[in-house]
Amino acid sequence: MNELLAVFRRELGGYFATPLAFIFIVIFLLTMGAFTFYLGGYYESGQADLAIFFNFHPWLYLFLIPAISMRLWAEERRTGSIELLLSLPVPLWAAVLGKFLAAWAFSGLALALTFPMWLTVNYLGDPDNGVILAGYLGSFFMAGGYLAIGSCLSAVTRNQVIAFVLSVAVCFLFTVSGLPIVIDFFSGWAPQQVLNTIASFSFLTHFNAITRGVIDLRDIIYFATLIGAWLIACGIVVDMKKAG
Amino acid sequence: MIVIDGLTKHFGPFTAVDNIGFSVARGEVLGFLGPNGAGKSTTMKMITGFLAPSAGQARICGHDIVKDTLAAQRTIGYLPEGAPAYGDMTPRGFLRFIARVRRLSGSEALTAIDRAVEATELGGVLDQPIDTLSKGFRRRVGLAQSILHNPPVLIMDEPTDGLDPNQKFEVRKLIGRMSAEKAIIISTHILEEVDAICTRALIIDRGRVVADGTPASLMARSRYHNAVSLTLGGQTTVQMAEKLKALPGIASIEVIPRGAETTFTLFPATARESDTLLIDAVARLARDENWPVRALYGEPGRLDEVFRSLTRSDLAPSSEKRDAA
Repeated sequence: MNELLAVFRRELGGYFATPLAFIFIVIFLLTMGAFTFYLGGYYESGQADLAIFFNFHPWLYLFLIPAISMRLWAEERRTGSIELLLSLPVPLWAAVLGKFLAAWAFSGLALALTFPMWLTVNYLGDPDNGVILAGYLGSFFMAGGYLAIGSCLSAVTRNQVIAFVLSVAVCFLFTVSGLPIVIDFFSGWAPQQVLNTIASFSFLTHFNAITRGVIDLRDIIYFATLIGAWLIACGIVVDMKKAG
Repeated sequence: MIVIDGLTKHFGPFTAVDNIGFSVARGEVLGFLGPNGAGKSTTMKMITGFLAPSAGQARICGHDIVKDTLAAQRTIGYLPEGAPAYGDMTPRGFLRFIARVRRLSGSEALTAIDRAVEATELGGVLDQPIDTLSKGFRRRVGLAQSILHNPPVLIMDEPTDGLDPNQKFEVRKLIGRMSAEKAIIISTHILEEVDAICTRALIIDRGRVVADGTPASLMARSRYHNAVSLTLGGQTTVQMAEKLKALPGIASIEVIPRGAETTFTLFPATARESDTLLIDAVARLARDENWPVRALYGEPGRLDEVFRSLTRSDLAPSSEKRDAA
């Protein structure tokens, strides 16, 4: 636990040691705002809720989250510090989890800093704050899902750009697996059962369910399982790739 | 404290480390020698628990590195090759991180950090990002990290690589100071270092141990061992070499001109332990002939020559390991 905490603190501190944290948060907030107000037509919608705001989260995360996760392991491997980290008395799971939690906490911080949106809707109207809270929770879990994927793929390579591109590609598949772009590919020949399974992998399906204000245990379990599975995969990849 | 037995590592079809076995006791400084790619770093990576061995075992202070990895790792201070660190951190932040991982409590950590910083003379750069430091300082940050928890076992992969002569001297002094109460393994390809700080040297080539002994015993294998070296100034003549060669007990002679001086190396016919007789004879001859002597000494042997002969040979002598045990 000590070791987990040490890795977590080091990693989280790492974001703030360089302008990375500042740049990321500023870009994150600016794009969130721009998407919601301009692309989403927030004012024109005449609705005092954050549905439009949350609608953009999966698509923004698709590019911004891999930017956080790409360095997690790729950089350790490139600089060789992975040898230091894994020869310290740190269990592998603590290293994997500590890094992931630090990235998750950082993305959580960026998400929390969108609170002016919440203030705005409360100023403009009388929104259902329970639904908004659910939306934030869903968004946070979804960020965790993207991060777990990105963390695993970051361990695959020592090149951060490759890690980024791979993560975006895989995250994209997980985002849209319930949409026609993926389903159409399988419908025709695969049985309905398979189609349902593929569709149930979609971040969008689960995220949209949560943002409607219904926190279904199944959606939470989905994200928790997804995060767990990708982190285990991450541990396996890190262990396998050590020699290279 | 360190017991290695039959340690082997395969990377696919390639055998990087092939059945290596040795042990290091407290107070010993083992110099790990070998050409690049001989398997030095791979062995160290296995001993420190970074890589899993394909076969064999390593016990550190009684803990098996595979079965009891964390307990073994707690007793080790390790400086990996190239002294990697987190470049965006400052040495202070980095050492704090290491202290936390090593489970040193607040005051313990501060004392440990102060001690390591003092030993490696990092005081002036504690708050600069490691990425901005010179190579020498970065190496010292790695050293400080490895000795932070005062480990009974120290493993250092090329600790003086990239340092200037002054820094090398300091690092060797530091290792020497710590050596009494620790078991230390250092890898190097600087042969003078072996002579300077190691109590024992192990030469490995293509994954196998080809020699294991004290630096002196390795030097005794050199053909220069007990040879006599005579350097003369001014003009030298063929007759001089002839006269030297005519001395009793001389098997052969090597003549190397260097600038205005010439060095004659005389190889004795029989290898005796310390051949002062031969030196006396040479000295007498030089005096009688009135030669301008610049230097005259008995050679202890040349480690680089032993190193070359052991690591270049196509067939590594397999008897060496038994000799060592």
